[in-house]
Amino acid sequence: MEIIFNKSKKGKNSYAVPQWKGKDYQLDGRYTGNTSLLLPDVGESELVRHYVNLSKKNFCVDENMYPLGSCTMKYNPKINEKLASDPGFTSLHPHCDCESSQGALKIIYELEEYLKKITGMKGVTLLPAAGSHGELTGVMLIKKHFEKTGENRDTIIIPDSAHGTNPASVAMCGFKLKEVKSTPEGDVDIKSLEGMIDKNTAGMMLTSPGTTGLFDRNIKKIAKMLHDNGSLFYGDGANLNATLGKARFADMGFDIMHMNLHKTFSTPHGGGGPGAGPVAVVESMVKYLPVPRVVKKGGQYSFETDFPDTIGRIHSFAGNFLIYLRAYVYIRLLGASGLKDVSETAVLNANYLLALLKDEYNWPIKRRCMHEFIINDKGFPSGITTDHISKRILDYGFHAPTVFFPLIVEHSMMIEPTETENRETLEKFADVMITIKKEAFETPAIVLDAPHNTPIRRADVVQAARTPVLKWE
Amino acid sequence: MDANKGREVKEGYRYTDKHEWVKAEGNGTALCGISDFAQNSLGDIVYVELSAESGSDISGGDVIAVVESAKAASDVYSPVSGKVLEINSAIEDSPETVNKSPYDEGWFIKLELADTAELEKLMTPAQYTDFLAAGG
Amino acid sequence: MKYTLLNNDDKALMLKKIGVSKIDDLFADLPQDILLDKLDGLPEPVSEMEIHDILKSESCKNCSSRMFLGAGAYNHYIPAVVDDIASRSEFYTAYTPYQPEVSQGTLTAVFEFQTYMCRLTGMDVTNASMYDGATSLAEAVMMSARSSRKDKVLVSRAVNPIYREVLSTYAWAAGLKVAEIPLKGLTTDFSAVKKLCDDETGAVVIQSPNFFGCIEEPDAESGFTALKEEKKLDLIYTVTEALSLGFLKSPAERGADIVCGEAQSFGSPVSFGGPMLGFISAKERFTRKIPGRLIGLTVDSDGNKVFALTLQAREQHIRREKATSNICSNEGILAVKAAVYLGAAGPQLGKLGKLNHNTASYLRESLLSAGFSSISDEPFFNEFMLRNGKSGFDSAAAGAGFDPGKYYPEFRDCTLFCATETDTMQSIDNFIEKIKSGSVWK
Repeated sequence: MEIIFNKSKKGKNSYAVPQWKGKDYQLDGRYTGNTSLLLPDVGESELVRHYVNLSKKNFCVDENMYPLGSCTMKYNPKINEKLASDPGFTSLHPHCDCESSQGALKIIYELEEYLKKITGMKGVTLLPAAGSHGELTGVMLIKKHFEKTGENRDTIIIPDSAHGTNPASVAMCGFKLKEVKSTPEGDVDIKSLEGMIDKNTAGMMLTSPGTTGLFDRNIKKIAKMLHDNGSLFYGDGANLNATLGKARFADMGFDIMHMNLHKTFSTPHGGGGPGAGPVAVVESMVKYLPVPRVVKKGGQYSFETDFPDTIGRIHSFAGNFLIYLRAYVYIRLLGASGLKDVSETAVLNANYLLALLKDEYNWPIKRRCMHEFIINDKGFPSGITTDHISKRILDYGFHAPTVFFPLIVEHSMMIEPTETENRETLEKFADVMITIKKEAFETPAIVLDAPHNTPIRRADVVQAARTPVLKWE
Repeated sequence: MDANKGREVKEGYRYTDKHEWVKAEGNGTALCGISDFAQNSLGDIVYVELSAESGSDISGGDVIAVVESAKAASDVYSPVSGKVLEINSAIEDSPETVNKSPYDEGWFIKLELADTAELEKLMTPAQYTDFLAAGG
Repeated sequence: MKYTLLNNDDKALMLKKIGVSKIDDLFADLPQDILLDKLDGLPEPVSEMEIHDILKSESCKNCSSRMFLGAGAYNHYIPAVVDDIASRSEFYTAYTPYQPEVSQGTLTAVFEFQTYMCRLTGMDVTNASMYDGATSLAEAVMMSARSSRKDKVLVSRAVNPIYREVLSTYAWAAGLKVAEIPLKGLTTDFSAVKKLCDDETGAVVIQSPNFFGCIEEPDAESGFTALKEEKKLDLIYTVTEALSLGFLKSPAERGADIVCGEAQSFGSPVSFGGPMLGFISAKERFTRKIPGRLIGLTVDSDGNKVFALTLQAREQHIRREKATSNICSNEGILAVKAAVYLGAAGPQLGKLGKLNHNTASYLRESLLSAGFSSISDEPFFNEFMLRNGKSGFDSAAAGAGFDPGKYYPEFRDCTLFCATETDTMQSIDNFIEKIKSGSVWK
């Protein structure tokens, strides 16, 4: 393990602070502190070597297929990065006048328009800084709506297959949670749902297609049940890559939805972020959207904040501008036909990979998938689980799938190849999976002790949690 | 592999469908904890936070603790009602005790039972064994 | 452009293996009446060269040269090494480091970020980043409320007004009460806390340097310190200009229990306000209550020291509705940039802070000589507010400073100025010349 603090030795730092030639304005010592000893003293060349060597210990999508289900690790076009680092955008101060930021405001305005077309919705806010932030915003919109109509609806329904951010967002807004079961075929259990919807139901959140990679065959029926009850239907667009350009969330019956620009629209994930989680809504919800909003009047764009029914502000400024700049570029490069090609290819790739694996691995829900699918470790020798399989995948130069999620399938492996993989790579990955199964029976130790060829061996996550060491001493 | 690993059911205890146990000590007091099945399902327990406080009155079904493993977390509920006499802080300091000894050293709280009849409503070891066999 | 890779032969072969005749068969579970031939209303696709030219022309329309502007986003020089490292695709095209065996790069760099922030704030634990300063404040307040089980928080009027608006949105949704602590001059009136504080109050929020640039000294207010102790109040200490941490007394020395805010100053440009770099640091007792990712030190099966995501049982993917927050994606690559930036500046960080203070002090003195007047003499770091001269100052016309009137009616005739190491003495002198010539007065 290498850490920058270990390389420190007095006198090596390369940094030179520009000389101040004016008067020295003393600030009383009761206000100042001495931090010089807190920070490492290293030279620039050491710093570069440190991080270049660290970077080599990272797997990334530019290296190989990254089939992390529901994360949509597609290729990130390089032109995105080039344009997002243009000083005309990066050096723009968020408090500058609207007259001098017309270019940026136009991009925001137009991207909102494109996202309306893509979703079929009537209003979009780009402000949320991530998908979960978008969810939180969406649930706030639900809360505001019923506050305005004067109805005291305090419950939101979520399927048992939902991503954890759904229930967490609901809880942060003070709603009660009801969990609806999924059928063995992966749809929402309509019968149970029927019994759950009542006068307290503010809404329901549903990922579409679901976290099982399957499209709910009753989606319109669910929408109708909710709407007949005066409840709102929230669409989690984490898996929008499956229907991009092919079908619109508004047409599925959703009232509110969020998108993940860092998944569907090719912005890189940065080893954790930043993302962007725009929220789109139907006409009746537009008035609740957060501020500031970009308004176009007489060919001029401006930020406006004066909307009486808004939920208010949700970000320090106007969201992750450099992220939506990249999404804007992506949409312009692809156009309507290119976006449709994305979802069709993503779905084709996933189904092909599934076809290569379904006879070798347990396939718990036997339906054709959308952009991702689930298999698990059932049928493996006792003691070898999804955990070991995923570590062994790393040895073969691929990233592991999403594991142990969704919770409704035991020891799930959720595989999402995305549209930017070629056929040969899918076949190579399938071969690896089949080889690992063979190893599990013939040479189980090699699977149990995996990984072997990675920059480090298996990390002890139990020790990390039992005795947390969260900073360098 | 030991087929019974993580499924031990101890005689003399009563069980809930959420995999807690209670063991009457004969003098109106009882110990509570989680079953072998529960500790095994959670995996290596990394953290226990006992939220029940000594001296407080609790009802059956109240949360008495949170247990965390590296990949899961779960609330622990009191199987019965009563007054909390003692909490086992030792498991907060070394949570692995719950994995190693779920029925003995890994107990969570000691209660003065409000109503010993409540015990009768819980599963017997035989019933709990069947409950586990049926998929828990 | 397209980034898909299948030709017609591939598609035919794959469809055959799947057992369907056409791609639309794979969409059979969707209501067939909603399937689109083609989305309406999007512009026709363009080539890479064309989008390059389109965006270049938009970027040229952004002609802001507004000077001395801070108020939550700060212009600092970013050493070349920062972007060079952060633009390595090993860092920026990786996902959240779920598999530690192939993610030591991100894990180590962000662990370094956690360490840096702990050292600079004096706190025990820092998370792997939040969205931005405003949401990190909102989450810090919610963390404190969860911990104290009290639902009222007192917030100084000297805290960034946009942060307070975001906090009020979150508080409304979560059912928390927010009350405002008034100003005394340009700092927080700590003597007012006693009256505002009731049994439901769990925390006091300040910002330092505050929105007006002034340094707050909660530790110098004996009445407040005693009250904080007596009522077990959490002092939530917001920092929007992270560079100040390298120069001023640490938040811990000022009595902070939780430090939150914005670390954009450490290596990221202002970027029209996003992405920014939110952070939460806190005392040890909050370790299991803190929102977001945490990276911890552990060992691998060979016994070597390595890093991994840890204490994940706090998080939404395990604890669901009982999680400490819903946050999932954070601002990872900006945390990496901050680590590189702080490694580059190293022991010079304090000196850089000193340069900021000198530059801002020079600007302030020059403005006072040019007709502005002082509101109060509270010490500041690199930002300060002055009352405009008798005939008024138009910050828009002057292309300088921030007009606080929209948020503070009582300061409608004032301007907030910021100066950093990027402002030279020459640029300040030129600006003062402009003021003296009268062209920027109403």
